[in-house]
Amino acid sequence: MPRHQRPPGRELGRRSEAASHPFKGRDATDGATQVAADQSPRHALAPLVLVTTAGQRQIVTAACPAARALGLMPGMAATQARALVPGLDVRPADTEADGAAIYRLALHAVRHWTPGAAPTVDGLLLDLTGAAHLFGGEARFCRRVVAFCRRLGLTARIAVADTLGAAHAVARHASGPVTVVPLGGAAATVAPLPVAALRLTPEAIAAAARFGLDRIGDLLPMPRAPLARRLGLAAVERLDQALGRVAEPIVAIVPFEAPAAERRLLEPIGTAEAIATVIADIVRDLVDALRQRGLGARTVELVATRVDGRDERQVIGMSRATRDGAHLRRMLCQRIERIDPGLGLEVVRLIAIRAEPLAATAIASALAGGDPATDLAVTVDRLAGRIGESALFRVRPVESDVPERAVARAGVLAPGGTWPAWKRPVRLLRRPEVLTNVVALLPDHPPRRFAWRGATHAVVAGDGPERIHGEWWRRDAEIDAIRDYYRVEDEAGARFWLFRRGDGVDPATGDLSWYMHGLFG
Amino acid sequence: MPATPDATREIAALRDQIAVPHRTDRPVLPFGVAAIDDQLCRAGLAIDAIHDVAPASSRLSDDAAATLFVGGLAARLTGVHRRRQALWVLTRSDLYAPGLEQAGLTSDRVFFAEARDDAQALALAEDGVREGALGAVVVEVRRAPMVATRRLQLAAAEGGTPVLMLRRWRRAATCPLGELSAAVTRWRIGSTPSAPLGVPGVGRARWTVDLVRQRGGEPFSLIVEACDDQGRLALPAAARDRAAAPERAVARAA
Repeated sequence: MPRHQRPPGRELGRRSEAASHPFKGRDATDGATQVAADQSPRHALAPLVLVTTAGQRQIVTAACPAARALGLMPGMAATQARALVPGLDVRPADTEADGAAIYRLALHAVRHWTPGAAPTVDGLLLDLTGAAHLFGGEARFCRRVVAFCRRLGLTARIAVADTLGAAHAVARHASGPVTVVPLGGAAATVAPLPVAALRLTPEAIAAAARFGLDRIGDLLPMPRAPLARRLGLAAVERLDQALGRVAEPIVAIVPFEAPAAERRLLEPIGTAEAIATVIADIVRDLVDALRQRGLGARTVELVATRVDGRDERQVIGMSRATRDGAHLRRMLCQRIERIDPGLGLEVVRLIAIRAEPLAATAIASALAGGDPATDLAVTVDRLAGRIGESALFRVRPVESDVPERAVARAGVLAPGGTWPAWKRPVRLLRRPEVLTNVVALLPDHPPRRFAWRGATHAVVAGDGPERIHGEWWRRDAEIDAIRDYYRVEDEAGARFWLFRRGDGVDPATGDLSWYMHGLFG
Repeated sequence: MPATPDATREIAALRDQIAVPHRTDRPVLPFGVAAIDDQLCRAGLAIDAIHDVAPASSRLSDDAAATLFVGGLAARLTGVHRRRQALWVLTRSDLYAPGLEQAGLTSDRVFFAEARDDAQALALAEDGVREGALGAVVVEVRRAPMVATRRLQLAAAEGGTPVLMLRRWRRAATCPLGELSAAVTRWRIGSTPSAPLGVPGVGRARWTVDLVRQRGGEPFSLIVEACDDQGRLALPAAARDRAAAPERAVARAA
């Protein structure tokens, strides 16, 4: 039988072969639905396995308890599993989502359990040194973590040991969900476990099986040189790591902490000058903290705690990342009048809620001319501090011939654009105003006279028409609509932008009514 | 007592100083039209000062002319050699950016701030001026108290940024330039009939430009041709250089 069709050794009855841990690659929600299904047997779900594609075949990487009860094991070929269990629910394993979930769990661990926590491919490493007593000892800590994971819908298996390697092996191969290996008992505990528990490469595991080395205990008495030659030097190092002969530090993840500065005041302060002084101090501290980490603040929150315990909060935003102390101070001082100090402020804290990397940038040479936008950000922040960011805008072009749709508001720091060079008025009425008493020749002459806002205008010169079609893709009513725009000048020198609905020939294009739409200077 | 020659020279120098109220080495923006520049006491528009511009009447066409006049000035103030942006403080949102672009103020050179009322608009303008990073600040107001304009004038001198105050009419009968102001120059702009073309069509717009008041100079009044797409004004061609006008003006309308 070719090698890839051969059933795994476990099915052949060799029980010593490693079972990789069963819930690898399972989503937290899967566990939750499974629990729910167990409670209501009438709606029992089909057995579920997750598969990954290795080369040309699909391999089961995880199986739910129902599937395991039916004899499906991780490591099996997916086709074999389908053949054994009709109606099997087979889904692809999402390793990226698993990694993300483990990372989130690690972040939680760093924040709540111990500062030394690191995610691995299929588990979590926690450094309990000096942290376990905070939770009432290692055993209680483990029970607490198991309970926490159960609330999340996860089944956790935990081992506490002297070394990382031993803990890794025991967590995956011990019988109960929680195992606490006594101090110095690593060698004795891992000895009866299978060799695969040592995090060896598949080749090393296969070689060990070939030499009849089933358990870790078999490796212990062997001379190291032949062992290294047969299983590889890496395998010996793994063994040493498990037994504590070689150091294996945990590289803990570091969660992002917002840069902050704080002043606790001996006497409560209440005057604007005192608050400004404190703001100047904490801004200096915050700028130092930002500079050390190479960050610039985008959003800064000032939290002032009053004597009565209430927090006064002021948030300022910057249009681009900055650590310019004078600028931050000026923007915060603008907000002093909005802080109600009550009977006095005791603690003033400044937090850069949103910070972005801000490295040194080259200044454009004086010959090329500086980037005007760099200067602008400071001005924009100052203006935005007064009226809010939404009231500051730049006008950008929109690709539309309909005049009122050709402009849109954009952010101040956004690039501008240009419009086509057709003559356009500088003041555009918000809504076209209907003209009365219009005298005009059809189909394409500007009016000779018209009345608008109670005054009659006699036209002495006119240009046009500029025909603008309705945008049929927006509204049904615009399918045939046409506006004919004219630029006219009256006898007093006023220049208007008028339009007529319809092209003057086809009644479907408009009712030939006239409107005032804008004014040229 | 007869004055010594030294004292006479000194007095003459002092007289020169007080004859021009501002230092003449401050930067100015010349209009590029000799007829205007020659009559301005500093041969151009002072860059570190505020200037009032008002429409000649409450009609919207004059308002549009004043807006374009201000737009053209802002375009030239933020032009290539200064590489700055203009801030335009609005209180009413009927400004149409494509029209401004045709006076030279392209959309990448101007940004807008929408103020609730005149007081806020003036405060915003002052903020923008004090920063000193802008090429020009345009502020549209209906009322500006004397104190506010003086504050703005001080800020403009300090920040070296010109403020163009576009004063809109509040009531039909009251010219906004009747209010006191600390502005260095006060302009009144109105639209006037363009030169007749020989063919149907509207010619280049013309404005009446009245300099109502300038510090250290005399008022004057001119008819100019409107801004081109770089914001530059021009003088109408002399009568002998013009094309002959047709017999009846109304005929051109058809």
